[in-house]
Amino acid sequence: MDEKLKTELSKQGIFTTSLQELYNWGRTSSIWPLNFGLACCAIEMIATTMARYDLARFGAEVFRPSPRQADLMIVAGTVTKKMAPQVVRLYNQMPEPKYVISMGACAISGGPFKQGYNVLKGIDRYIPVDIYIPGCPPRPEALIDAFMELQKKIDAQQLTGENRPRHLNADEPSEFIVPQFGEHDLEPTRNSSIWEPPLVQIAQTGSDESGSH
Amino acid sequence: MTNNMYLPVIVLLLAAIAFALSTLLLAWFWARFFSPHKPGPSKNAIYECGLESQGDAWIQFKPGYYLYGIIFLVFDVEAIFLLPFAVAFTGFSATECIAMLVFLLLLVEGLVWAYQKKVLVWT
Repeated sequence: MDEKLKTELSKQGIFTTSLQELYNWGRTSSIWPLNFGLACCAIEMIATTMARYDLARFGAEVFRPSPRQADLMIVAGTVTKKMAPQVVRLYNQMPEPKYVISMGACAISGGPFKQGYNVLKGIDRYIPVDIYIPGCPPRPEALIDAFMELQKKIDAQQLTGENRPRHLNADEPSEFIVPQFGEHDLEPTRNSSIWEPPLVQIAQTGSDESGSH
Repeated sequence: MTNNMYLPVIVLLLAAIAFALSTLLLAWFWARFFSPHKPGPSKNAIYECGLESQGDAWIQFKPGYYLYGIIFLVFDVEAIFLLPFAVAFTGFSATECIAMLVFLLLLVEGLVWAYQKKVLVWT
């Protein structure tokens, strides 16, 4: 339906919608996060759900203790290499459609523990992340902002066509490689189908990633 | 016609069945046309805590603690009965006293049985 006609009709008190909008509206208004906290960011996540910040306003207060009932994973905190397989497995066990918010510096990149031998340098090496929130830890307002961004993202998703999201495309995978404990590191160290190491132009920056010249 | 009394109930029943079936069918059609089925080894796993399940769930548990717990519970409840018994002891007649002693004897018999069955020996 034409957008102009639609706004004209709504001015006259007639509400029109499409199946896609109805579907997206339903999913946007009832994002159920997984009850899953890894480190200190989880405390901010808990604070977000409490009365002061009240995540229930976004229909997302129903934190599910089981991945089978959840459709949003908030990776809240440092992902250690010991925990990474469990995080990926929990993500795999969630039914489609599923979304991931990478909360805080640690979940994005390893944060202050990036140089640690036992810390995963970002959960996006193994699972596709929808929203990143920086901060150490991010304040509840930041998490609410991430929720609203995710809602916008879901609202804009197409039901059919080439640009339809992963869960509506039969060719896209629903499960991702669960890393195993190797001799020195997780194996594989990354899921190369979703994450590639960023190319750093050493000649331009004057130093490499480790900081030595 | 007495049967007409139940007509509204039957109509409501049919409406309830139709409502349940129509939502299920809607979900089925939605999944068929839009949302593809994507099973996988992790998703179909029995447990959902993130860890892989180890071994078989069909194992035998020793009933040792169960018997121990039952005996404890019996004597725990008995203590509640003993307290008023002790308080009112001087005002009892002979029959009341015998009745209470029979109650105690039954419980002690149970304990003797458990002792003979070596329930109290923790292995």
